[in-house]
Amino acid sequence: MSKQINVALIGNPNTGKTSVFNALTGLNQKVGNYPGITVEKKEGICKLPRGVKAHIIDLPGTYSLNASSLDENVVIELLLNKNDKDFPDVAVVVSDVENLKRNLLLFTQIKDLEIPTLLVINMADRMKYKGISLDIDYLEEQLNTKIALISTRKKEGIENLKQLITNYKDLSTDPCLNASEIDIDYFNKLRQAFPNQLLYKLWLVITQDVNFGKTNRQEIDAINSFKTKSDSDLKRLQQKETIKRYQFINNALKKGQTIDVLQAKDLRSRFDRILTHKVWGYAIFLCILLLIFQAIYDWSSVPMDFIDSSFAALSEWVKDAMPEGAFTDLLAEGIIPGLGGIVIFIPQIAFLFLFIAILEESGYMSRVVFLMDRIMRRFGLSGKSVVPLISGTACAIPAIMATRNIESWKERLITILVTPFTTCSARLPVYLIIISLVIPEDRFFGLSYQALTLMLLYLLGFGAAIVSAYILDKILKIKSKTYFVVEMPNYKLPLFKNVALTVIEKTKSFVFGAGKIILAISIVLWFLASYGPGENFNNAEEIVSKAYASQNLTADELDHKIGSHKLEHSFIGITGRAIEPAIRPLGYDWKIGIALISSFAAREVFVGTLATIYSVGNDDEDTIKNRMAGEVNPILGGPLFNFASGISLLLFYAFAMQCMGTLAIVKRETNSWKWPILQLVTMTGFAYVVALIAFQILK
Amino acid sequence: MQLTLAHLKRGEKAIITDVSSVHIPLKLLEMGCLPGNDVMLVQLAPFADPMYLNINGSYVAIRKETAMHILIEKIE
Repeated sequence: MSKQINVALIGNPNTGKTSVFNALTGLNQKVGNYPGITVEKKEGICKLPRGVKAHIIDLPGTYSLNASSLDENVVIELLLNKNDKDFPDVAVVVSDVENLKRNLLLFTQIKDLEIPTLLVINMADRMKYKGISLDIDYLEEQLNTKIALISTRKKEGIENLKQLITNYKDLSTDPCLNASEIDIDYFNKLRQAFPNQLLYKLWLVITQDVNFGKTNRQEIDAINSFKTKSDSDLKRLQQKETIKRYQFINNALKKGQTIDVLQAKDLRSRFDRILTHKVWGYAIFLCILLLIFQAIYDWSSVPMDFIDSSFAALSEWVKDAMPEGAFTDLLAEGIIPGLGGIVIFIPQIAFLFLFIAILEESGYMSRVVFLMDRIMRRFGLSGKSVVPLISGTACAIPAIMATRNIESWKERLITILVTPFTTCSARLPVYLIIISLVIPEDRFFGLSYQALTLMLLYLLGFGAAIVSAYILDKILKIKSKTYFVVEMPNYKLPLFKNVALTVIEKTKSFVFGAGKIILAISIVLWFLASYGPGENFNNAEEIVSKAYASQNLTADELDHKIGSHKLEHSFIGITGRAIEPAIRPLGYDWKIGIALISSFAAREVFVGTLATIYSVGNDDEDTIKNRMAGEVNPILGGPLFNFASGISLLLFYAFAMQCMGTLAIVKRETNSWKWPILQLVTMTGFAYVVALIAFQILK
Repeated sequence: MQLTLAHLKRGEKAIITDVSSVHIPLKLLEMGCLPGNDVMLVQLAPFADPMYLNINGSYVAIRKETAMHILIEKIE
């Protein structure tokens, strides 16, 4: 009979927990969110011996059960709630052979919860380099558990681990030590008051703010009367508890682990000497950044051009092959260009996440945090803000989620507020198309003006982020504990499987997350541009033919005139006209106005919108760029996209907050509408003023 | 004057003698920053801040302002 058991993978960050998860589940995994919060939930299925199936959850990495962040809270909430459908039948604690001492702290805490617990010691392949040997039998006896010594890198020990998971019923549920000895009176009172509850569970509830399910809550609510100790007393007790646990662990390891220091090869210090060097460290970081940008903007242009032309061809083909009608139009002018607008981002997003995954996996990212902290602090940020600011060049949404490990609330809030200034990949297509229209192709000392402009825009975005961080640091009166702890993990060669899965996962979630919005908007736009109210729209042929009757227009020219007349009086045309007065001083016409409005769903929609607007009633195979170049400014004459309006648009896109997705995530992460509204108003207001000044000076 | 972690020079080793639990985050204690454990300064960032340490076998970086609240005794 087949049966499914729940397995939870728990462990410190940097122990290769996710590698274990990947080794167990392979591609049988999915990533979602815990309900109501944006913590990633990774789960998968693993086939065990004897036809047993395991449902495996990869819980967020944590150093202990004393949670200090939303991610860590997820771990403790699951482990304390027996009614949760994911409550583990067996907890698998993943540790790393080089940091066994520290990893075992979490292990002893989980043992105290009396859940069947299995210990995985990962990275066994490193033992010989570090001169470590382990007495597994002795440790199993001391820690009251079963141990799986594995190496995900060498793919060793995975089968044994599966076997041990299958036999989880043989695991002991007794704690390894008696933590209540730290204050016997207090814990005795607690035990008497709640005889049916686990002592350690009560202690966790007292010391921190855990959000339990309803049933659990009522039972434990009475515990408030036990918060007799002051916060500092409680913290002192927690310290005593930690010391006690370490005493136990040190004793167990004294006999169970021997380290021959002479055998140890110290790669870490050799790498660190260069990578955290006062000069070389920064130089190398700069080179890596340049490499990333090179990949995103240069290497990815080949697949992007290919995708662009493929979708244009597909759209043409559909128009030719299918019978004429509203559905064909919707497909060829709404859906296909819309899809193209999503797919075109895949190469860049994939490249960026590839680099970020490699930097994280190799352990290098922590060195960057270390190097940058002092500099970033000057601007009210933290060394840990570097990761969000770099990720922000792909997309602000995951970047803002990546701020969670910043301990100080003020530093974290400032990072969240300024990250949307960094040039995300959604701005890129807007930049690229406008730059190619308004910046000459000449070169300046061998550097193309177009590339320089792009670089300038990146610096502008980054500069805006830094300057506004500085201002916010001065304005915001938030007192929060500013502490900063970064683990400096060992250098590791990134595992291909882990990097590949991260890239696939992140790209997928971008394509499907943002893609849905973009596609929906493309369809709505197509509809709004293809239909309109009243005489002017419905009798366009007649009106236009009459107006131009005296001029000898070719059939093509006449069709074109009819098309633009129709567009002007369609629903979207009317909307665009309505906002035109507000944006005319910036050098935009109503078509750009429509693109601006739709950009609030997501910036990349700009190009898609113009593609949709210009292709409606336009049969030629011209690329969108040529069509834009042909647009004429209705008032000033001359090309609509000239140097002045182009620069004005670039600046507007550089500064404006035009992404609903980001606003939603800021609301969730800050738990208030105040901050996203502040971003929307100040960023967009600033963008408007800057674009206005630029156009008025340059025109 | 009492010696704190902030006084440590690159490559020097010490034993932690006391930590002021009010100023030290629990997370750091859990990583092994406890009285009796040994500590070594691995690397300093420019301006001597943050400090990259090996505490009880764990490698961590902390800011100088935190290091000032950890008392030590140097060992040769």
